[in-house]
Amino acid sequence: MGLDPVTLLAIVLMALATYATRAGGLWLANRFELSERAGAWLDAIPGAILVSLVAPTVLTGGLAETLAAAAVVLVALRTGSLPLAMATGVVAVVLLRTLAAGLM
Amino acid sequence: MHQENAAKKEERVTFTLAGALAGARRCVPVAISGCATGLVFGTLAGQAGLGAGEAALMSALVFSGAAQFLVLGIWASPLPMVAIVLTTIVVGLRHLLMGAALGPVFSKLPRLKAYGSVYFMADENWALTMGEFDKGRRDGAFLLGGGLLDVLAWTGSTFVGGTFGGAVEDPARWGLDFAFTAIFLALIAGMWKGRSNILPWTVAAVVSVAAYHWLPGQWYILLGGLAGSFAGVVRRGP
Repeated sequence: MGLDPVTLLAIVLMALATYATRAGGLWLANRFELSERAGAWLDAIPGAILVSLVAPTVLTGGLAETLAAAAVVLVALRTGSLPLAMATGVVAVVLLRTLAAGLM
Repeated sequence: MHQENAAKKEERVTFTLAGALAGARRCVPVAISGCATGLVFGTLAGQAGLGAGEAALMSALVFSGAAQFLVLGIWASPLPMVAIVLTTIVVGLRHLLMGAALGPVFSKLPRLKAYGSVYFMADENWALTMGEFDKGRRDGAFLLGGGLLDVLAWTGSTFVGGTFGGAVEDPARWGLDFAFTAIFLALIAGMWKGRSNILPWTVAAVVSVAAYHWLPGQWYILLGGLAGSFAGVVRRGP
């Protein structure tokens, strides 16, 4: 389990690269005065990124994924509970995949 | 709306232990599914030739599941350093947007706290933090608390996966691959503010699905996020 120096170098370079992207956005936002429009843009980023993260799985992953996603959204809107919504999604997707495999 | 925004900007920003603990608490489900992913990562890293210690060190220092899984795909001897670093940067580009979104609140924190905290910024604790800020609870330590718990879970489970590699079966069988999707969906549901969300979110979904199918790697996240957020601004007019 020794550390190979070249592997260590790769890991450190990766760490520097990721930190640069993490700190870079904050640095840019601090440097430049935010206009009204820039503020509106920043407001719209979280939702747009989250939608982009899940859209391929939810919309093109298969019927089981799409239905399980609908169940998650329903539970989240009704209860507002993150753990409950996550558990619903995991259980639903397993059941639906099993069902889909059985129907094939 | 404009006045409301102006009033929001005057609000005080705190950085408290209570905020960090609240962030950690909210991240417990995230950390649990992170453990499952970390076990898988540790196992795959072992197959790619990384020791358990090396894999765990990578998890602690890089702390980016997407980047780490991707570089495993190109991990070979001799190590393709340039490709590894470029992949990490491209996957991390979305962090630029996420960090910029923290800007209005984090610019009110001392520099060390702000730039120290963003080291622990991952998709999940960042999204939870934005949700908190949105509700007017502006404690910068929320991000740090959630991130610390996540990095511990991620690093620990990577080490366990690397040590007992092969013990974890296909995570899809247990639906664990869907855990993160479910978390993100729940967060999206919480961000719904009304019809103004329809256009930016539809644009984000269409662009990300298209990019996912036609472009390699993780470009779909960045492109969808950019397209959707710009659509959100254009809609408001000048």
